[in-house]
Amino acid sequence: MKKLLTAVAGIALASALSMSAVAAEKLKVGFIYIGPPGDHGWTYQHDQGRKAIDAKFGDQVETMFVENVPEGPDAERTITRLARQGAGLIFTTSFGYMDPTLKVAAKFPDVKFEHATGYKRTDNVSTYSSRFYEGRYVIGQIAAKMSKSGVAGYIGSFPIPEVVRGINAFLLGAQTVNPDFKLKVVWVNSWFDPGREADAAKVLISQGADIITQHTDSTAAVQVAEEQGVHAFGQASDMAAFAPNALLTSIIDNWADYYIARTQAVLDGTWVSTDTFGGMDSNMVNMGPFVNMPADVKAVAQATTAAIKSGELHPFAGPVYKQDGSLAAAAGEVVDLGTLLGMDWYVQGVDDQL
Amino acid sequence: MSAYEAILFTIITASTPLLLAAIGELVVERSGVLNLGIEGMMVMGAVCGFAAAHVSGSAWLGVLAAVFAGVAMSLLFGVLTQTLITNQVATGLAITLLGLGLSGLIGSDFVGLPGVKLANVSIPWLSDLPYVGRLVFGQDPLVYISIALTAGVGYVLRRTRMGLIIRAVGQNHNSAHALGYKVVAVRYACIAFGGATSGLAGAYLSLVYTPQWIENMTAGRGWIALALVVFSTWLPGRLAAGAYLFGGVWILGLYAQGMGVGIPSQLLSSLPYVATILALVVISTNRRLSVINTPASLGQGFVPDR
Repeated sequence: MKKLLTAVAGIALASALSMSAVAAEKLKVGFIYIGPPGDHGWTYQHDQGRKAIDAKFGDQVETMFVENVPEGPDAERTITRLARQGAGLIFTTSFGYMDPTLKVAAKFPDVKFEHATGYKRTDNVSTYSSRFYEGRYVIGQIAAKMSKSGVAGYIGSFPIPEVVRGINAFLLGAQTVNPDFKLKVVWVNSWFDPGREADAAKVLISQGADIITQHTDSTAAVQVAEEQGVHAFGQASDMAAFAPNALLTSIIDNWADYYIARTQAVLDGTWVSTDTFGGMDSNMVNMGPFVNMPADVKAVAQATTAAIKSGELHPFAGPVYKQDGSLAAAAGEVVDLGTLLGMDWYVQGVDDQL
Repeated sequence: MSAYEAILFTIITASTPLLLAAIGELVVERSGVLNLGIEGMMVMGAVCGFAAAHVSGSAWLGVLAAVFAGVAMSLLFGVLTQTLITNQVATGLAITLLGLGLSGLIGSDFVGLPGVKLANVSIPWLSDLPYVGRLVFGQDPLVYISIALTAGVGYVLRRTRMGLIIRAVGQNHNSAHALGYKVVAVRYACIAFGGATSGLAGAYLSLVYTPQWIENMTAGRGWIALALVVFSTWLPGRLAAGAYLFGGVWILGLYAQGMGVGIPSQLLSSLPYVATILALVVISTNRRLSVINTPASLGQGFVPDR
C-alpha cells in the first residue's frame, strides 16, 4: 500500500513538474467578456483582438476567454479562476470590472492585468480605452446633415463618463451643422438586451427622432431603424449587414494592435503598468464606410475624420457650454483630459438630465 | 400611427413574450412541477425558429421549429425529473445553462444574417379603422395566439375535467394516483405544453421582436416569466394583467425618459420590478387566495408505490 502511495505521489509530482515546464514556455492570455462574442458589437471586436493574438503568436501563446460575465461579484470569481488557471496576462473588457480586477490583481501580483475603459491603476493593472467620442463627433455631424426633423435619439447603456462623453461629442458635432439640433436620450440600464434596445429605438422614433444612435452592444436598434425607415449608426463593429439602407456609417473599435503589443511586452518582460487612451490617430478608433448619404455629406464626414486624425480638430474644443449654461471650456481652450475622463455633465442642448 | 397607438403597440410587443412563456409555466406548476428551465427552452426556441425561418424562408416554419425545440428541451427535463426523479430545481437550472450554451453553438452560423419577420395581420377594412384598427386587428399573429392560449388555459383549468385532473395532480399526487390518474403522464403532458409555449416565446423574440439571432437574446426574460407565475397566484387572468403591467411600466419608463422627464433612469428601469413586487405584496395580503391556489405538491417528485 505504502509503495502504491509513493508511486502515486511520484506520478503526481512528475506531472506537476511537467505542467509547470509547459506553463513557463507558453504564456496564457485570458479575456473576460461582458457579452457573447457573437454580439457583432463591443465584445465581437475584443474577440477579434484575441484572435489576432492567436494568429500573431501561434504556439507561443494560448488565449482563453469567458463570455457573458456579469459586472459584480461574479466577475471577481471569474477573474480569479483565470488567474488560477495560470493566465499571465488578463484583459477585463468592461467598465464594471474595475474593482473586481483590482481586488484579484492584489492577490496575484505576478499576473498582469489590463482593464478596459477604467481609471484605477496599480503596479500590475494597466488601463486602456479608446477615444470613441472622436467617432461620435463625426456621426453627430452626419446626423445633423441627414436629419429632417432635427431630432436624434440616443440609446445609452449606463450613465457613466464614457457614455456621457459620447453623447456630448455627438451633440457638439451636430451643433456645428445645426445649432438648434435636439438630442433625446433613453437609458436602458443594460449593455446587452436586444429587446430593450429595440423598445428604446421604437420609443425614440415615435417621439420624432429620425436618426438613431446607440451606446449599447447589440444590433437591435439599427434593425428597428431599418424597419421604420430612419437612419442609424453602427457602434463598435460595422453593422451594415443589419441595416443596408438605414446605416450611414459605423464607429469601429480596433483592439488587435494594442492586444498584440501588450502580449509582446509580457513575453519580452518589458510590461509596465500604463494608461492608454488611443483614438483615430493610432487607429484604435476607425470609421466604417460612409454610405446612404449624398456626396457633400460624405465629403464633410471625411474631412472631419481626417482633421481629428491629424490632431487639427478636437471634438471638445471650446467654447463648450454645460447644460446649465456655465462655460466648460472657453474659445481657444480644450476640455482637459481629466474632465473628459470623469465627465458627469451634459453639454447645452441635450434633452435629458443626468 | 398616433403616439398613443405607438405606445400601446410597443407595450404589447414587450409583454407578449413574457405572457407566452409564463402561461405554459403556469400549467406546468399547476401540475406540481417546477421547471426553472424556461430561459433555456426560450433561447432554444429563438435560435431554432430563426434558423428554420432563415433556411426555409417561411416565418411560420420557424414558429413550428421553435415549438418543437421548446418541447424537445422540456421533454429532456421531463425524463430527468419525472422518470429519473432528479431534483427539479437543479435540473431546471441545468436546462437553462444547456439551452444557453447549445443555442450559441447552433446559432454560431446564423449570427449576423438577415431574419424573416412574421408579418402582422391585416384584415381589409377592419385594420384600417381609426384609433383601434391597428391595435385590435393589426397585431402579429403570435399576439392573438398568446391571448387565445391565456383564455384557453383559464377555461380548461377551471371548467373542464382535464383541468380538474391537472390541479388534482398538482395538489396531491398521492391522492390523484390513488384515484387512478396517471400522475407522471399528466405531468409529462403539462411539461411539454410549457416547453411549447416557451418555444413560442423564443420565436417571438427572434421572428417578431428583433428579427435576428443574437446569442443570449432572451436576456433574462425567462426568469421574469417565472416570477410572473408566482405573482399571478397561478391564475391565468392575473398572469396576463401582470405581463402587461410589467411591459407597460417598462415602456412608459422609456417614454418618460425620451420626453426629458427629470427622473433618474435607474429608478425608471427598476419601476417594472418595483410595481411587480408591490402587486405581489398586495395580493399576498389575501392569504386565502395565495394558499388555495398554490399547488401543494409543487417541486416534489412522484414515485408511485406499487
